Amino acid sequence: MKFTLSWLKDHLDTEATLDEIVDALNMIGLEVEEIDDKAALKPFVIARVLTAEQHPDADRLRVLTVDTGSGEPVQVVCGAPNARAGLIGAFAPPGTYIPGIDLMLAVGKIRGVESHGMMCSERELQLSDEHEGIIDLQEELEIGSSFAAYAGLDDPVIEIGLTPNRPDCTGVRGIARDLAAYGLGTLKDGHTPPAGGTDPCPVGISLEFGDTQPLCLGFALRMVKGVKNGPSPQWMQKRLTAIGLRPINALVDITNYVTFDRGRPLHVFDAGKVHGDLVVRRGRDGEKVLALDEREYEVNDGICVIADDRGVESLAGVMGGERSGCDDDTIDVLIESALWDPANIARTGRDLGIITDARYRFERGVDPAYMAEGMELATKLVLQLCGGVPSQPVITGYAEPEEKIVAFPVSEVKRLTGANVPREEALSILARLGFEAEGEGETVNVTVPTWRPDIDGKADLVEEVMRIYGVNRIDPQPLPRNTHINERILTTMQIRTRSVRRALAARGMQEAVNWSFIPADQAELFGGGGEALKLANPIAADMSDMRPSLLPGLLAGAQRNADRGHGDTALFEVSDIYEDDTYAGQHRQAAGVRRGTAGLEGSGRHWNGAAASVGVFDAKADALAALEACGAPVARVQIEAGAPDWYHPGRSGVIKLGPKVVLGTFGEFHPKALDRMGVDGPVCGFEIRIDAVPEPKRKATRTKTPLEISPFQALKRDFAFVVDADVAAAQIVTSVAGADKKLIADVRVFDLFEGPSLGDGKKSVAVEVDIQPTDRTLTDADLEALAARIVENVSKKTGGVLRG
Amino acid sequence: MSDLEELEQSILADIAASDSEQAIETVRVSALGKKGSISEKLKTLGKMSADERKVMGPAINGLKTRVADAITERKAALHDLAIEARLASETVDVTLPVRRSPAEVGRIHPISQVVDEITAIFSDMGFSIAEGPDIETDYYNFTALNFPEGHPAREMHDTFFFRPDAEGERKLLRTHTSPVQIHTMERHSPPYRIVIPGKTYRCDSDATHSPMFHQLEGLVVDRTTNVANLKWVLQEFCKAFFEVPHINMRFRPSYFPFTEPSLEVDIQCDRSGAEVRFGEGTDWMEILGCGMVNPNVLRNVGLDPDEYQGFAWGIGIDRLAMLKYGMPDLRAFFDADVRWLNHYGFRPLDVPTLFAGLSG
Repeated sequence: MKFTLSWLKDHLDTEATLDEIVDALNMIGLEVEEIDDKAALKPFVIARVLTAEQHPDADRLRVLTVDTGSGEPVQVVCGAPNARAGLIGAFAPPGTYIPGIDLMLAVGKIRGVESHGMMCSERELQLSDEHEGIIDLQEELEIGSSFAAYAGLDDPVIEIGLTPNRPDCTGVRGIARDLAAYGLGTLKDGHTPPAGGTDPCPVGISLEFGDTQPLCLGFALRMVKGVKNGPSPQWMQKRLTAIGLRPINALVDITNYVTFDRGRPLHVFDAGKVHGDLVVRRGRDGEKVLALDEREYEVNDGICVIADDRGVESLAGVMGGERSGCDDDTIDVLIESALWDPANIARTGRDLGIITDARYRFERGVDPAYMAEGMELATKLVLQLCGGVPSQPVITGYAEPEEKIVAFPVSEVKRLTGANVPREEALSILARLGFEAEGEGETVNVTVPTWRPDIDGKADLVEEVMRIYGVNRIDPQPLPRNTHINERILTTMQIRTRSVRRALAARGMQEAVNWSFIPADQAELFGGGGEALKLANPIAADMSDMRPSLLPGLLAGAQRNADRGHGDTALFEVSDIYEDDTYAGQHRQAAGVRRGTAGLEGSGRHWNGAAASVGVFDAKADALAALEACGAPVARVQIEAGAPDWYHPGRSGVIKLGPKVVLGTFGEFHPKALDRMGVDGPVCGFEIRIDAVPEPKRKATRTKTPLEISPFQALKRDFAFVVDADVAAAQIVTSVAGADKKLIADVRVFDLFEGPSLGDGKKSVAVEVDIQPTDRTLTDADLEALAARIVENVSKKTGGVLRG
Repeated sequence: MSDLEELEQSILADIAASDSEQAIETVRVSALGKKGSISEKLKTLGKMSADERKVMGPAINGLKTRVADAITERKAALHDLAIEARLASETVDVTLPVRRSPAEVGRIHPISQVVDEITAIFSDMGFSIAEGPDIETDYYNFTALNFPEGHPAREMHDTFFFRPDAEGERKLLRTHTSPVQIHTMERHSPPYRIVIPGKTYRCDSDATHSPMFHQLEGLVVDRTTNVANLKWVLQEFCKAFFEVPHINMRFRPSYFPFTEPSLEVDIQCDRSGAEVRFGEGTDWMEILGCGMVNPNVLRNVGLDPDEYQGFAWGIGIDRLAMLKYGMPDLRAFFDADVRWLNHYGFRPLDVPTLFAGLSG
């Protein structure tokens, strides 16, 4: 909402400065977004041309000496045909920005003659499009005084960011009322007496909604006969231009003016173009209207229209029609001031894609009590600017607005804000805002003014009191501290999320935060792409589907970095993925991708040995580290083949806990998946599901189990087994450990060998076994027996034999 | 010169000539070994008369002692030389670089770090951390929060919608973290002190708007909490978060459907330089919206607004990060550019705590 300072002062009698007004607006909830104090026009001064001589080298130019009111006269080269000695006009010195031609003025030489400034045309000052000659004021004025002040161009423009609850402040008068309530002046009388009229209005008006819900809640109409339309006066044009509106003609400008002056949108019909009476009704399928924006709109029965015998003439409350609009030839004008259903206006505007000043006000809720008076104000302005004879008004469908009364315990102010506002002050604030309070007791009955549809309950009244009293007069008060030290406040999931982030970052990976929405083809590739997870209105085509996995975002990120010359990257993300559109289907995952040679120990070449390309085991190590950080029992997990099909089938795995719970997947990627993602280079990744890790059992005590250190010597023994190539190493390890669960403390694979010496389809897996006796030192015989059990168990479970 | 003197000189000469631990061992064996020259001399003592022995005994034993001492001394010297030679041969160029520790290379995203900072502050004030779904229903995102159907305030939210389901219900991506207020109040009984960090979505994109961003919602509901407490909490939070001893805040009345009264908060700052400085300067920068929970919202979750009251606020986490750490463009937050992550990210071991200062 924009307005000018002088416009505000039409309604507010105040001595306050611009700064004071701006501060006050901010403090009462009318946030000032922009102020144009017109400082840019300060350099323009009223100046007199002393002499005007022909330019020696140019027929069309003249060399002037100009008295600018300060110091010696200056020399100015000027091309205007009307430049003459004695002319009084607007002068701009060098260094001035000339808005009309977007130019920073400098001292220049024009055809060899120096020019120290410019005598301006109206267009150069954006007063009009006039550029035939320079401004010729033909008036004795003080030389050197401000031209902007003389021409009324120095009126500061203020723009406030209006919140949707304040339709009363969509008019300058509402803003003035708030400022007066704040104590910044006195609200002037804004009442418009009825214009009377002797003849009845020759055009009838009826509301025809049948048994459907009426979309029009009142309609006032008056004809003014014999008007003379044309440009509106300068003062009106200046104000409209200042707030960004284009002056059209007096009749149209009046409707715009009242819209901004009172927050009361109006419409004017050229009565000569209206056929028969006007009917307000729902639109009919197939009906069309050419609106004032010169676009054709199709209406339907959800849209309220004003029609005559010819058809739709206006989109009610949103935009008028071109066919019955007023122009310079208008002689009889019909002035409409109506009330529309706010929700219907909002829907119509949204459906048709029309944003107008009328819609903006009607959808927020205009003052119903001002409907008729708004028409009177418009009539008054029409008579004033265009002459004519008013008819009697017709008012139809209008019902006096119901009084809204709120029972208001004044102590609510203290209860909700903590501020000690005295009762008299609170009630006085409400009164200044137009509320009427009745009652002597603690609770008063407050009648809400008709222009405040946003006030429903006592909390709303507290806000009114608080914002005028001053929020900054409320002293902060500490929130009482708890009487006990906080217990743990994070959930298990939140703790895991934090831990896994730092665990992965500690493995040299960088945390990315990627979009929750990804391209449809990527979503499909990673097991998503379902209908329920597609956005109906994505901001871009490649941000259309909720991600089923964190991996596509990370892979794409790694590739973007590679394209920028950073091929060795390790990225991870800990965030949510979407299996379906329910909260249960939103899962917290941790995923990571390593590309190039970005292994745990570092990437790239190094004098002590270059880093190898990343592979499945880098991803596996990351996945297990991530699970461990989440508190998963990593010693008990099983690694199996059968990862989803975006992985390399022979270089990937699934991490399981028991037969059913899948904790995660890892591996290198399927070349086809990488192709479809547009990703190249060695790359591996993992994804774990944080919420699949079982909740740890709450222990009764924090005491750890006692540390048991065996007094007997521990031993290490090595075994190498030759097995079929497809036997899993994990199976051998399990078989070895299973040979004697009491004595065998740990089993580690330390060598893997495949070669022709072993025979086709065979491999050798060597393990180191930690043996820890607990009750006595082992004898050679004990050890031999244990070794035999190990070999036997491996043979039984895997078919492996001790390598000779 | 006697035999003994000759022998001594000859052995001492051999000792002096020894140039390795091995050579000196050979000399020792040839002199003091079982069949060594001095051992042989000692054996002759047995055949001597008592008088001869009285003279020759000390002489030969003296010789043995002197030779043994000389050998020990030479051995030690040679051992030192051998170590020196080994050390010289083992010397490397210690200026050669080593690989950096992975914990120094890895980075935590500024959003995660700032969420941890916020958590540290609010947990000290007795708040818990709540979370909720990104995909919401119209009811939780709007209706329960007192956004009337068709109200212009809904349109200000630039909502992302999903396609309508079989029943015609159209889910949406939450436009703010406020729906979690409703979920929390529906599930638990008052009093509430929660903060809700999370992803939020609006159909909007430029240097300071992104279709996905992060918000921190706060909610306090009990029987006494008022605007004065709200001002205190936000003031203390801002001081602690920005790590400045004082901060000037300005509360302006505003409007949000789910709070009444509603306020916007500006902080005073100096924006004249390249970075924003808080606690000084003459500019005001809007940083958050807040207010007393609207009675309709309390009613919607079954609480009596005459009995319970409290406040809520919402603040952009990304914006907090940008203001504190100086990133100029919000879009870079979501680009996974390793140069940006390396520069603006945090080391994994820098865990924010109040006892060590949030940012150390």
